Amino acid sequence: MAETITLGKALNHGLRRALENDPKVVIMGEDVGKLGGVFRITDGLQKDFGEDRVIDTPLAEAGIVGTAVGLAIRGYRPVCEIQFDGFVFPAYNQIVAQVAKMFYRSKGKVRVPIVIRIPYGGGIGAVEHHSESPEAYFAHTPGLKVVTCSNPADAHTMIQQAIASDDPIVFFEPKRRYWEKGEVDLEAPVSGAFPLHSARVVRPGTDATLLAYGPMVRVALDAAAAAAEDGRNLEVVDLRSLSPVDYPVLVESVKRTGRAVVVHEAPGNIGLGAELAARITEECFYSLEAPVLRVTGYDIPYPAARSEEEYLPDLDRLLDAVDRSFGW
Amino acid sequence: MAKGKAAAAPPSGGGSDAPAGGFVQLLTPDGEHVGSVTTADGTTYSVDFTDEEYRGLYRDLVTVRRLDAEATALQRQGELGLWASLLGQEAAQVGSGRALRTQDMAFPTYREHGVLYCRGIDPIMPFGLFRGVDQGGWDANEHKFNSYTIVIGSQTLHATGYAMGVTMDGKTGSPDGEAVIAYFGDGATSQGEVNEAFVWSGVFNAPIVFFCQNNQYAISEPLERQTRIPLYRRAAGYGFPGIRIDGNDVLASYAVTRAALDNARNGQGPTLIEAYTYRMGAHTSSDDPTRYRIASEVESWKAKDPIARVKAFLTKQKLADDTFFGEVDEDARKLALDLRERVLAMPDPQPVTMFDHVYPNGSPELDEQRKAFTEYHASFEGSGH
Repeated sequence: MAETITLGKALNHGLRRALENDPKVVIMGEDVGKLGGVFRITDGLQKDFGEDRVIDTPLAEAGIVGTAVGLAIRGYRPVCEIQFDGFVFPAYNQIVAQVAKMFYRSKGKVRVPIVIRIPYGGGIGAVEHHSESPEAYFAHTPGLKVVTCSNPADAHTMIQQAIASDDPIVFFEPKRRYWEKGEVDLEAPVSGAFPLHSARVVRPGTDATLLAYGPMVRVALDAAAAAAEDGRNLEVVDLRSLSPVDYPVLVESVKRTGRAVVVHEAPGNIGLGAELAARITEECFYSLEAPVLRVTGYDIPYPAARSEEEYLPDLDRLLDAVDRSFGW
Repeated sequence: MAKGKAAAAPPSGGGSDAPAGGFVQLLTPDGEHVGSVTTADGTTYSVDFTDEEYRGLYRDLVTVRRLDAEATALQRQGELGLWASLLGQEAAQVGSGRALRTQDMAFPTYREHGVLYCRGIDPIMPFGLFRGVDQGGWDANEHKFNSYTIVIGSQTLHATGYAMGVTMDGKTGSPDGEAVIAYFGDGATSQGEVNEAFVWSGVFNAPIVFFCQNNQYAISEPLERQTRIPLYRRAAGYGFPGIRIDGNDVLASYAVTRAALDNARNGQGPTLIEAYTYRMGAHTSSDDPTRYRIASEVESWKAKDPIARVKAFLTKQKLADDTFFGEVDEDARKLALDLRERVLAMPDPQPVTMFDHVYPNGSPELDEQRKAFTEYHASFEGSGH
């Protein structure tokens, strides 16, 4: 039964289904219980599943993830909420040195199926530490998988797939899209759904490929719609999985269009875009009509809110890059 | 201090060798068995061992020291990349290790070879890590003994989470409940994560014992660089009991750990135990302790040796004679020889196995890299490279 709901509500419902389907799933984080999370993503879950399943934790991010490791060793499937992107760093040691390495360290004998949910990205007029895009730090870490959703339907499916996966997964949620609505089939089975680590062509096109993920997919789709008025037919690919990246889908698209523009909010230096550009160049060299171009945040700390519109990649910057690609 | 009246430790228990504030000591460095100790909070600690069990503890202590010496020798001979010696800390580890019940779970640092041995685990288990053929590679749940954890203090949070899981599984509140023990050192008490583990254990009333082996040094840095107050007193700030024991006394280590574990399994929450001991050797085989501590200090701790006092006790009480001591030494020597032979026989890993066990569900990217690696190496076959 399809309903039109927000991305935030889709995540909430996906979490609810995960709690229903597996008694070992526990949600833990700051304010996730009574309050339902500062973005209300866990709204109502503690009331229905109890304080042992939806745990209001002390205010300590390393503690959230570190105790999740112990719970996972015990056989639980913890879903950790980090309240904001910029607050993940106290937990960085546990994520990178422990969560990512436990399976390897134990030669595959100890699994830590932990999902770490992080609302990320800017555009909500927030103060410092509330608008960052730290995905590259985690995508760079072997042992972690990193995914991000861009729409309500994917949010609903992907959060359930991530929780069901035995891989440790960092799950980035595009916080400024929490309130955007879309159609979601709330009863759709997760098994047999579109695979978690697959990229998806969200708008087919022929002239250039826009590679986007999370909050930037909407921007890329808007840019493609605007370009269509100028007679350019742009393809938009939603990466969905940032580690591993589903390169076959990207490569097929770029070989067909001959042009690629990558867009993300995170700073460009050593970002996902750099890796994507390198890989696409290696694999599509003879098909490229122009270098792979990047449209990204600038290499500065995330600026004060009244400057963020100029910092964040938008439709105009994306179309400018498309123009440069065609003018090469 | 008169036998049987060690009284109130802390704050004032222990013999003349006790630090200011005292500690729980049941066996003095001279091998005098104190009988029982009652601490300031009215808890009485004692042990109820048979003669055979006393001899068993001696055998454990001698064995883990002998195996440790063999490992140190193997490292010096180039057969191990590194070794973290437990020399001097045998009593803390054997006492607490034997205090664990079968169903209890231990979270070690990288030095708890004695605890590992007391869990009935083949002592060769951590040698893959120190020889460099793997990163440990054992199943924490099978052995009830987590992976060695090298980043200081991180395992205390894992232990806390595991203990929360014990409670969630309904496995506390009875004498056959489960308890968890987290090992760490004096240096680790400065880590934020360890303090978070204390906070969490307190507010969730987790069935856990924090067992701090205060061996006086964090590599080169003395205790005074980690704390202004005795470590066991930190527990008060987190709302659970803290107690200091003579870490070189296997009986005190056993008695206090057993009581704390039983409190935990019965639903009474966490305890911090500070085992006051001394690292007789280097931090690891890569360290040179002569740069930061004086020989007389080491000599003074030699007089408090954890094994000599048990031997003196067994001798005085006529529980053992030279024939027994000789047998124990010989058995330990044989175990060490066997360990040596098996360590030397450990095969180097096939390099391509470095790609294994990164993800439970694998990764197409890694599959590509593994394939390219294999093809690259195959390209040299027969070329003389």
